Amino acid sequence: MRDTADAPAIVAEGLVKRYGPVTAVDQVGFDARPGTVLGLLGGNGAGKTTTIAMLLGLLIPDGGRITVLGHDMATNRFAALSRMNFSSPYVALPHRLSVRENLTVYGHLYGVGGLRKRIAQLAEELDLGRFLDRPAGELSAGQKTRVALAKALINTPAVLLLDEPTASLDPDTADTVRGWLERYRDSTGATIVLASHNMAEVERLCSDVVMLKAGRVVDRGSPAALIDRYGREDLEQVFLDIARGTGVAAEAGR
Amino acid sequence: MSGPVALSGRRVWGLVYRHLALYRRSWPRLLELAYWPILQMTIWGFVSEFMVRSSGWAAAASGVLIGAVLLWEVCLRSQMGFAISFLEEVWSRNLGNLFVSPIRPWELVAGLVTMSVLRMTAGIVPAILLAWALYAFAITDMGFVLIAFFALLMAMGWAVALAVTAMVLRHGAGAEALAWSVLFGLAPLSAVFYPVSILPSWLQPVALAIPATHVFEGMRAALLEGSVATGHLAAAAVLNVVWLGLAAWLFAWVFRIARQKGLLLNVGE
Repeated sequence: MRDTADAPAIVAEGLVKRYGPVTAVDQVGFDARPGTVLGLLGGNGAGKTTTIAMLLGLLIPDGGRITVLGHDMATNRFAALSRMNFSSPYVALPHRLSVRENLTVYGHLYGVGGLRKRIAQLAEELDLGRFLDRPAGELSAGQKTRVALAKALINTPAVLLLDEPTASLDPDTADTVRGWLERYRDSTGATIVLASHNMAEVERLCSDVVMLKAGRVVDRGSPAALIDRYGREDLEQVFLDIARGTGVAAEAGR
Repeated sequence: MSGPVALSGRRVWGLVYRHLALYRRSWPRLLELAYWPILQMTIWGFVSEFMVRSSGWAAAASGVLIGAVLLWEVCLRSQMGFAISFLEEVWSRNLGNLFVSPIRPWELVAGLVTMSVLRMTAGIVPAILLAWALYAFAITDMGFVLIAFFALLMAMGWAVALAVTAMVLRHGAGAEALAWSVLFGLAPLSAVFYPVSILPSWLQPVALAIPATHVFEGMRAALLEGSVATGHLAAAAVLNVVWLGLAAWLFAWVFRIARQKGLLLNVGE
């Protein structure tokens, strides 16, 4: 199967991951269509990072199957990886290299054509120009987050996985980045998977949300549908209901 | 140009560029490349000079000692150049980014081998020049067989480094001391400074299973007898194929374990 305009960019079916006696991810399944942003929500230890690591091929599932852009990640992950990218605050870039050098390294690794132009374009769009030639290790947390995002966008990915993309940003910069991600999705038709604890961010960006708890999918829907289903005013209250097992979540046994 | 070979070449270059950029910005790292080979050459060179003046046999063998120091550094620097380039990725917590890129494991190895050659060259050339300037020892006097010695010792260094890298991948930075220590542990058995016949007979088969042992036997033949020990060279080549094969298998096995246990995001502690 190859990716077509309306086929899901990501299909995860029955994913299972165990670490010894602990089942970190248990029969998780979802799909994401091109041009959409899928939110993975859940408390600490819910299985978000494990799921993202499996989507990226960093982690081999104990059960289930993942297809990205039509490529089976178990047998043909490199074909998919060249059109994917990833950003996480838990993974750093070499801190002695300048921002430009880091982006050059990853431009080469992803085989980006017109690399200098692409770096200049990202520098302008993400406002990196002032520190493009400074070592990455000398930047503020917010600047590092923007550089990590630039690295994640260097190959204009068709599938972008973001773990807490605005975690270290001030509200103004975070808002700018969210706007930029929306424009990126709209202009490229990219599929974005977002793991975030910022519910306002998820409400704004995501068209579909998968709620995880103790490694299982406990609910799924658009932010508006989830808010309506739980009789709450915002997604944060829905999140708390599910995490604490209160309200509608208690009645449904979630 | 965007064929698979060109894209592979770009990925390998991307990895090499990452390390070259690092050295451009870090003079202590550059200094360290040549520091130990020069230090070793200075100490052992003067020891040789002393032996030349006090012993007839040593006069004939003085070049052997200096040659051994230089060639051992080729093996050691090749191993460390490979392993430390990988450790740089661990120290900078960059492995997660690297392994979600489309770089293939063999391209990663090719990049590390390239860095190993560059680092070894940067360390060895000053030591070779020093040996020539201070002790009038020209390593090129060994002839064309020197090229084979270099190639065989580098290959052994890569095999050991690949195994060390696998251990770092499996056990984290706790295994990084191996990058500095493993080859020092093999040195007494590798007949670097003395013939393998000096070792106890029960230890000689172990020594002869090490590729470097045959290279140093070949070096002594070249310097003392002016002959090419083709048997030793062939044995070293065959052993290197076995060592590299085993190390590649170990790396591939550990890489799969790392993907099963989720170590690729967490290597570093």
